[in-house]
Amino acid sequence: MAEYMVFIWDDEAAWAKADAGTVAANQAEHEEFIARNAAALRSGNRLHPSDTTTSIRHSADGGVAISDGAFAETKEVIGGYYLIDATDLDEALRIAIEVPAPFGGVEVRPVWAISSAAAQ
Amino acid sequence: MDPHVAAAVADAHRRDWGVVLAATARITRDLDAAEDCVQDAYAQALAAWPVHGVPARPAAWLTVVARRKAMNLIHRNDTLSRKLPLLADAAAAPRPGDADDTAADAIPDDRLRLIFTCCHPALAVEARVALTLRLLCGLTTSEVASAFLVSEPTMAARITRAKKKITATRIPYRVPPPSELPGRLAAVLDVVHLLFTTGHTAPAGQSLQRRDLAERALDLARMLRQLLPDDPAVAGLLALILLTDARRHTRTTTDGRLVLLADQDRTRWDRAEIGEGLALIQAALERRPPSRYALMAAIAAVHAAAPRWEATDWQQITDLYDALTQIWPSPVVALNRAIAIGEARGPQAGLAALDELASEPQLAGYHYLPAARAEFLRRLHRTGDARLAYHEARLLADNPVEQDFLTRRISELDT
Repeated sequence: MAEYMVFIWDDEAAWAKADAGTVAANQAEHEEFIARNAAALRSGNRLHPSDTTTSIRHSADGGVAISDGAFAETKEVIGGYYLIDATDLDEALRIAIEVPAPFGGVEVRPVWAISSAAAQ
Repeated sequence: MDPHVAAAVADAHRRDWGVVLAATARITRDLDAAEDCVQDAYAQALAAWPVHGVPARPAAWLTVVARRKAMNLIHRNDTLSRKLPLLADAAAAPRPGDADDTAADAIPDDRLRLIFTCCHPALAVEARVALTLRLLCGLTTSEVASAFLVSEPTMAARITRAKKKITATRIPYRVPPPSELPGRLAAVLDVVHLLFTTGHTAPAGQSLQRRDLAERALDLARMLRQLLPDDPAVAGLLALILLTDARRHTRTTTDGRLVLLADQDRTRWDRAEIGEGLALIQAALERRPPSRYALMAAIAAVHAAAPRWEATDWQQITDLYDALTQIWPSPVVALNRAIAIGEARGPQAGLAALDELASEPQLAGYHYLPAARAEFLRRLHRTGDARLAYHEARLLADNPVEQDFLTRRISELDT
């Protein structure tokens, strides 16, 4: 077994314009997805909009710079995530294909455990 | 060394590398270690075959030797630090007796697993092509690099990155289940087709064709046909490659000049390959709708059936392009369809069909579009317009043989 992170990338501007029905339908689809894939799901959630992002950078002299906003300004931002268990990439992709993402898409990346013990 | 033995080793390298590697990877569960064991087995063949003779079944001999090396590697170091572990299902696990000489017959052909791993859609297309050439065909990194006109370090980095991705993301060493097979097989067929087209008309370099690549693609298509005998898309790709490859000797003159399909000496087309290709067409067209490659093969078959260019059934070719446009609406297909219309209904109709494509962004910079326009303009005796179009095509063409052909066309207009 391995863990995969599924990042949901969304166009926030499209969400801002979406009507209540679209939002409710998306919510329902996620609930269905969660129910259908309960066995594989380790965790998952949505994130507050990207304008709530705070960035932290450490400078070479030991200082810390805290600033408003994300590192990169892009049309699509991470709006949520699922952490899933899968035996291999094919199984992870089968699950990730079902993740609702009406205004964007999802990215799948394997989790790289910090120690081999943590991966067991 | 005895040239007979040297040739036998070279043959076995060319023909059997993939089957030996695929069987060895099942034991090592590590692509790099498997490549080392297979390399060692070929080195051992070079030493042993001159003394003991070439074995009756070289592939079985090499597989047994490579797998024994792999088993030794594992026994020597139970915790073999697998740099690039492969994920195989239980059916692929090594079994007792796997390394016995007598077990060679029982070793399953794992090349399908290997090619589905190499051509996984999670890998970049260039990486799929590189891994396939390297692991299935046994090309060295330097040979793969020169085939795609990149430096050896660039290609080595590309292959290493792809192998790391196979490991890190756990791309399995497995044939996909039936529900996913058609899509995944399409990715495999696309890699083989890309290899063939790169070999058939080299994008650059001094000659029109890269025979080595075209031949590897033909080998791979034959392998897929052997391993998936009931798949119409596989039959279609093999038929397409055979029917196109059959013209290879007539596509350039002895001094390397391009000869168009219209002017090729059809008596020198490879009749054996045409026969083999035609025999596959029916199987290829079995599925509804037919696959892209099956329709392309059917078009090639119409050409192969025509004794002379003038005898070509252009209406049938136009109909086939119409069907192809339905399932594969690409600008290049639309261009070929326009050319077929021009041949079926006259240069004016062809020109009109080509002009509909003039604003197609994907064809901007594609030299076959102005070249086709130039040809129809020439037939309409619009010499000035034809000259302009040929000049445009020559500016856009990258292959020197094609550039030279267009230069000659321009000078023929002037006389």
